[in-house]
Amino acid sequence: MKKVGVLSLQGDFAAHGAALERAGAVPVYVRERSQLGEIDGLILPGGESTTMLKLLRYENLFDDLAEFGRRKPVFGTCAGAILMARDVTNPAQESLGLMDIAVERNGYGRQMDSRVVDLDPAEEFEKRTAAGKLEAVFIRAPIIRQTGLGIQVLAEYAGDPVLIEQGAHLVATFHPELTRDARVHRLFLEKL
Amino acid sequence: MFSFSSEQFRLKVGLAEMLKGGVIMDVTNAEQAKIAEDAGASAVMALERVPSDIRKEGGVARMANIEIMEAIMKTVHIPVMAKARIGHFMEARILEALGVDFIDESEVLTPADEEHHVDKNDFKVPFVCGARNLGEALRRIGEGAAMIRTKGEAGSGNIVEAVRHMRTNIREMKQLTVLGKEELAREAKNLQAPLELVEWVAQHGKLPVPNFSAGGIATPADAALVMQLGAEAVFVGSGIFKSSDPANRANAIVMAAKNYDNPEKLLEASRSLGAAMPGLEISKIPEGELLQTRGW
Repeated sequence: MKKVGVLSLQGDFAAHGAALERAGAVPVYVRERSQLGEIDGLILPGGESTTMLKLLRYENLFDDLAEFGRRKPVFGTCAGAILMARDVTNPAQESLGLMDIAVERNGYGRQMDSRVVDLDPAEEFEKRTAAGKLEAVFIRAPIIRQTGLGIQVLAEYAGDPVLIEQGAHLVATFHPELTRDARVHRLFLEKL
Repeated sequence: MFSFSSEQFRLKVGLAEMLKGGVIMDVTNAEQAKIAEDAGASAVMALERVPSDIRKEGGVARMANIEIMEAIMKTVHIPVMAKARIGHFMEARILEALGVDFIDESEVLTPADEEHHVDKNDFKVPFVCGARNLGEALRRIGEGAAMIRTKGEAGSGNIVEAVRHMRTNIREMKQLTVLGKEELAREAKNLQAPLELVEWVAQHGKLPVPNFSAGGIATPADAALVMQLGAEAVFVGSGIFKSSDPANRANAIVMAAKNYDNPEKLLEASRSLGAAMPGLEISKIPEGELLQTRGW
């Protein structure tokens, strides 16, 4: 069975672990560099991207993670999406550059602008998982402002891509780990 | 009314989930907020005076000055929390209108109502509340709190009360898990807590919202201690900006919250921190000046 890591420095890593279990996988909570060798793919959870960056640097994980992403699938949600981007604005900050996207932090505003919406996912998403609306929980979410070539959009909200893939990588600006719908996690498991 | 499945409650608890494993730091101006953010804080708590100054200076402690909170919200990109007085639902409404990300209905400020807490279910903004035991925690959750923290004894620099509150809460939850259905009804009565929530805890062995710790955390070791006891994140009040080297200490406590189970890394985080905030022995604080007994 494939082993899926969840970066567990800060944020909702436990929610991702539970979501992986619902999708039929066993999570490995990654807290040290040495654990990267044991896993087939990695989830970067939601949380605060600046806190995670600080801890990635402190634990000497930043370069290892960028290198891991060149070999294995990575799935980022919210703060994880920010970490995976090529460019980050509001404010500018460093990132792993695993996805050819530019993201704006807190694109919708503050917590009062957080929301739950039902999305109509792209046909491609339904074909590879199952048909039906996709409930998306946005919490102080970023907005993907630019996408490069080779980015496949799997769901949009208000004209902006919110679930995308590029090669082995997957990014959601919302939190599929906070719903009972396991389709997005299952989609990631199929990439391993 | 309280409902686990409501969209509103899920969004509130969702933000609390994002703060797990992190450190929420008290700040009194934009400059301190920037120091906290740069040190890796996962949120800041905006207030006019840190608890140790409130304790020293006395007088009525209220919601912070609007301009200071606005300056903090403009300066940092992490969530900004702010404190409202217990029961002061109009301070809470003003904070909600201002657009803060979380409200702490806090015993650190002077209570506005000695009998009623804010009806938090009625707000769109999420609330955190302090609790000394499970009954208090569940009453607050029933009112709509999306996060619980220990009260500890704010501004004391003494971890003993936060430890007591965390241990009490965890022990009382464990006890519920072995009881039968009819015993839970009796326990709900003893705890003075909603039966529905008592049953949820009995089934899951934990609170239905994130469980954090606050009140007296002054060192990386303190943060690690409460996390070992079951806290999912920590609040640091006076502990950072009343120490001799705030930026360094803030950074060290962030590292400690992540490495709470790793003594070597905690040793590293504990080096070269300068002086911690001065501490108070709880028995030397006159009973009328204890903050944790505010609220019920």
